[in-house]
Amino acid sequence: MKHSVWIYILIMILTTNIIRVIPITLVRKQIKNHFIQSFLYYVPYVTLAVMTFPAIFETTSSPIAGIAALVLGIISAWAGLGLFPVSVICCLVVFILELFPL
Amino acid sequence: MSNNKKAFVQGLRDGLPIGLGYFAVAFSLGFMAKKCMLTPLQGFIGSFFTRASAGEYGVYTMVVQDASYLAVIVMCLITNLRYLLMSTALSQKFSPDTSFIKRILTGCCVTDEIFGISIAYPGYLNPYYTFGAASISTPMWACGTMMGIIAGSILPSRAVSALSVALYGMFLAIIIPPSKKDKAVCIAVIVSFLLSYMCRKLDIFERLNLSSGTITIILTIVISSIAAIIRPVLTNTDEMDS
Repeated sequence: MKHSVWIYILIMILTTNIIRVIPITLVRKQIKNHFIQSFLYYVPYVTLAVMTFPAIFETTSSPIAGIAALVLGIISAWAGLGLFPVSVICCLVVFILELFPL
Repeated sequence: MSNNKKAFVQGLRDGLPIGLGYFAVAFSLGFMAKKCMLTPLQGFIGSFFTRASAGEYGVYTMVVQDASYLAVIVMCLITNLRYLLMSTALSQKFSPDTSFIKRILTGCCVTDEIFGISIAYPGYLNPYYTFGAASISTPMWACGTMMGIIAGSILPSRAVSALSVALYGMFLAIIIPPSKKDKAVCIAVIVSFLLSYMCRKLDIFERLNLSSGTITIILTIVISSIAAIIRPVLTNTDEMDS
């Protein structure tokens, strides 16, 4: 069965915003459960890490350029650069490396 | 009222650099969406009302795989679970007389960056500050996605290849600084990299016919649960109690 793209988008909009709205309107006290608290703490980092690797070097034309972008991205983020500069550095690395293939 | 106006203008000012970053990243999200067969209008509407890079990315990959609607809901829940936490944190930041409508609207504005500047607002959060920041960054995010989808077929493939890593660059900028501060996060990130690589390369998983999005969901739940058991996070109240 072929699903509708618009329904996918509608589901995405509703689900994402319901998640955002429920706690801010209903939660007046702190969550006490340690496991849930800790689980929620790790979730963003794990999800983003799983999505980034190995996809970062599968999306570029040359895998080596993708790996270089990963390494330099990690170094620049480690050095304290923000979202925008890190993104730009990753793009430049790929662009330059693919301009001069090894 | 003039106080609210001031907060709104301040929000606009702080939201502008966020919006510029969004535009570039949304551009690369647009390339992704283009590969997943989305039209520019679908990209614009989806981005305008969702504003969640990882969540949108995850859903768009599922569109092309013709995943079930239930899987899309689960994907949104998992990739955006952090908003649950951020929204909870912001709920503590309101003055008690903040109206229900303003709470709902502020909740809808939550993204990593908007949350970051809102939670740093001195004293009680004036919702108009958050509204200001969101009202400039949201159109930039939506336009970036739309233009990425349009430009995906116009730009030379070398430029597309380079810009497509912008999104991953942003993800790295979100996960690396906490990894530097907290060794447990660092280990969780490294384990995530390794297991993600294995799951996508090993034959067994291919034979199980799991989509990339499903692998992301399963790995997130498993790794986060294990990390939460091995290294529970101490909260402020715990520290105060002990």
